[in-house]
Amino acid sequence: MIDPIFLVEAAVNGVLLGGILALLALGLNLIFGVIDIVWIVYVDLVMVCMYAIYFAHVHGWPFWLAALGAVGLGALLGIAVHVLVISPILGSPPINQLLATGGLLFFIQSFATFLWTTDHRSVRFALPTFEVGGIFLPATRLIPFGISILAMLALYLFLTRTFAGTAIRAVAQDREAMALMGANPRRVYVTTSAVGGLMAGLAGALLVFQYSVHPFFGGQFGPLTFMICVLGGLGNMVGAFVASFIMSEIISIAGVLWSTEMGYVIAFVVFIVVMFIRPGGILARPE
Amino acid sequence: MLEVRSVTAGYGAFTALWDVSLSVAAGEAVAVVGPNGAGKTTLLRVLSGLLPARAGHLSLDGISLTGRPAHEVVGHGIAHVPEGRRIFPALTVADNLRMGAYLPAARRRFAESLAGVYALFPVLAERRRQRAGSLSGGEQQMLAIGRALMSRPKLILLDEPSMGLAPVMVLRLFDLIRRVRGEGYTILVVEQNVRQVLKIVDRAYLLEVGRIKREGRAAELAEDEFVRKSYVGL
Repeated sequence: MIDPIFLVEAAVNGVLLGGILALLALGLNLIFGVIDIVWIVYVDLVMVCMYAIYFAHVHGWPFWLAALGAVGLGALLGIAVHVLVISPILGSPPINQLLATGGLLFFIQSFATFLWTTDHRSVRFALPTFEVGGIFLPATRLIPFGISILAMLALYLFLTRTFAGTAIRAVAQDREAMALMGANPRRVYVTTSAVGGLMAGLAGALLVFQYSVHPFFGGQFGPLTFMICVLGGLGNMVGAFVASFIMSEIISIAGVLWSTEMGYVIAFVVFIVVMFIRPGGILARPE
Repeated sequence: MLEVRSVTAGYGAFTALWDVSLSVAAGEAVAVVGPNGAGKTTLLRVLSGLLPARAGHLSLDGISLTGRPAHEVVGHGIAHVPEGRRIFPALTVADNLRMGAYLPAARRRFAESLAGVYALFPVLAERRRQRAGSLSGGEQQMLAIGRALMSRPKLILLDEPSMGLAPVMVLRLFDLIRRVRGEGYTILVVEQNVRQVLKIVDRAYLLEVGRIKREGRAAELAEDEFVRKSYVGL
């Protein structure tokens, strides 16, 4: 029998991983909720931002400045994706829009391979690890978790307490009614894409603490992020938040019991089963 | 105030409005009545810019609105209360009203407009922290009208305000529309409840299969043999 302390440690690690997954999922979900398009390419934007941090770091930038730069780059990439790829095909059938962002994904992956090769690159941090009651808590996990929680809190306050944020939620609920209020939907889309991109940049800055970056980094987190959004009910922010922690716990605990690969297998099985029982997501009322 | 000249409009291969002309003078309340599928909703969608007209001209106070998208039309003083109310269900009542004052000019007069709406619909003030989706049908209709008033419009377009309401609420709602009118707003209302609506408007148009069939003073139309037989059910 496995020592219970390992299970507790896995559960804690699951929570720490869940924070970052939730940040990714909320970014993707925000864009879907407002524009009705799933950015399959989302985590690949995160990857580009991670490269930016890596190279800025190599060139001697202090980490905080590189991270700030990545957040700004993320916002610009978000706007670019919307204006260059999404906007021209807004009136097309959803499947074409999905394929277009999918095509962009392969473009970014190939271009990253061409520019930076398939080498794994990582930023090394000299940060302490704390021990609390036999559980090891590395600062490289605690800091990203703390910042992602703060970022989600900031997003929540932005969406609920500011005029621009309320307008974004209103467009997500009824685009046409919001046009009748005088909001130009196209402008709200650009704002939303910038906020979503900004969150991708921030996620990149946090993932760099624990993961090395390579051109196929999107494959590691992209499907998982998408699955979390569907599990929580596409567009449902609270659902995505809860689903992130369910998934991260499954992966983390199964990882200790068997192996990380098995953790992903179980996570995907749980996903498929839930889709049969509650196709509208975990928070939706069963039909 | 509102001038509609020879407007033709539709969806895809389907033409819903044929050569429709009408006008509304400042301070007037005008109804467009007619059966289901006559093109009443399409007409309002064209007026607010949600649907571009294929042909014809629209203007408000002499300013051409032909071809303008909805988010520009509202800035020129037309507020559209759409069919089915279309409030933002997950937003609070107060946030719905805030969105009504989205444009900068309206936002500057937000406090004043809000006080006016709350005076007109006190129930909205009581429920301002509630999710709009939790309101009753009648309250949602009041919210939809209140939200439209927040943009400080010159002309309010009401699409089937009595739809889906209990009979008692229908009477109250028509009374409220009369009060909105008393505040000096100009109103163009589309209704299937012909008998009730003819009591609160000055003039009316009868729309059938996309064409204006009759027009005249409300009292005259209410007595018109054709209208009585077909719509008033007497």
